[in-house]
Amino acid sequence: MGWTRKHLLTIRELDGGEILTLIDTAASLQEIAGREIKKVPALRGKTVVNLFYENSTRTRTSFEIAGKWLSADVINFSASGSSAAKGESFVDTARNIGAMSPDVVVVRHSSPGAAALLAREMSCAIVNAGDGAHEHPTQALLDLLTIREKKGHFEGLSVAIVGDIAHSRVARSNIHGMRKLGMTVTVGGPPTLIPPYAQELGCKVAYRLDDAIRDVDVIMMLRLQQERMHAGLIPSLREYSRYWGLSLDKLRAHARSDVLIMHPGPVNRGVELSPEVADGPYSVILDQVAKGVAVRMAVLLLLAGSKSAEAA
Amino acid sequence: MVKAQVLDATALDRALTRIAHEIIEKNGGAKDIAFVGLRTRGVTLAQRLAAKVAAIDGASAPVGTLDITLYRDDLDLRGAPVVRGTDIPFSIKNKTVVLVDDVLFTGRTIRAALDALIDLGRPKMIQLAILVDRGHRELPIRPDYIGKNLPTSRREAVAVRLTEHDGEDRVVIEESEGA
Repeated sequence: MGWTRKHLLTIRELDGGEILTLIDTAASLQEIAGREIKKVPALRGKTVVNLFYENSTRTRTSFEIAGKWLSADVINFSASGSSAAKGESFVDTARNIGAMSPDVVVVRHSSPGAAALLAREMSCAIVNAGDGAHEHPTQALLDLLTIREKKGHFEGLSVAIVGDIAHSRVARSNIHGMRKLGMTVTVGGPPTLIPPYAQELGCKVAYRLDDAIRDVDVIMMLRLQQERMHAGLIPSLREYSRYWGLSLDKLRAHARSDVLIMHPGPVNRGVELSPEVADGPYSVILDQVAKGVAVRMAVLLLLAGSKSAEAA
Repeated sequence: MVKAQVLDATALDRALTRIAHEIIEKNGGAKDIAFVGLRTRGVTLAQRLAAKVAAIDGASAPVGTLDITLYRDDLDLRGAPVVRGTDIPFSIKNKTVVLVDDVLFTGRTIRAALDALIDLGRPKMIQLAILVDRGHRELPIRPDYIGKNLPTSRREAVAVRLTEHDGEDRVVIEESEGA
């Protein structure tokens, strides 16, 4: 137990104990969502700035709700409709926001390392809410919390992460987290979408969907990140969907009957997941979203709710 | 370092039995009573009180767990907060809630607990049961039930040890380190 970091930038830099501290704190905070009065005074007088340079529904909203339930003042900044649209650089915008003395800045940006850059440039705590294809630590934490709630433990579980691994910050953060907690990870997808680092990180690689999902406890389906993709990686969406889309038939034929189906969202229905799987009994996609608020409360609380944030 | 023993296992049990009788006397029975213990040892004491009240009165009262970390007034002065969660699986609305803690000192924990409880609903009444009242209040807070009044110096620490957590039932005074 114990949290001493000033920032949350990657899962890679955390050890298993720190990951469990975050998950345990989030699990304790879940109870607040069921209250009549969903507000506790823990972060009264603290300011959280959401600095989002990329589109987001779930992440930005859940950071906002998390901050508000903890009584922090939450300010949303999106690149469109701000001076970034007038040509101000990322670092200049950040310094200007820094001059208004926020306690935590939650940043999403299309460039890998954007959060680490802010951690050097600003004096407040920084939370990485997704930096390019690098990491998305809070998504991995909520996935891990969902898995533990459904399966009861981590050690020895097997997970298949299927789809566009190469462009996925969700996959990368999850692989780091799952390996540190004693789970085995298989990544599956067409060879053009499997990154060269997969084996280095201790993952098995499967080039057929049925090989990837056989006998695993959890299947995590990913969206094709077409906004990060250059042409020619897959022949067509239709072909991708035929070989790599998860339909009820394929699920019944190859996967275990107690498997969990996860997806970080947004789901492209009919591409990576058929609607009957996305809405079916194996799916925990909406549980993941509900856990997102608890995880982000835990992150804000641990970073802003202690002296260590200023002392570090 | 243990300086003196305040209560042994028998005296501790007697104090709890007396408090249980006082709770029933003051409230005219155990109907509409709910116990809420403060983490960690307050919860154990609340469970013991609830069992005694049930044995005396026949009516059993529910027991909940309150974690006040999110309501502290000194979050900024401490390390990263350790949240262990509130678990009150019943409605406190219109109940007489008996708040239970092991040691009453400055009263700041109880102030936080009152805020936390009231955020969960509107109880009819809140009463406070304390095993050891060691004085040095910084807020206008007064317990309804006291196991033992114990004048202490601020340098001393009162340790309540319970079988469930510490393998023994007793209350001791310790000289705090660096004093």
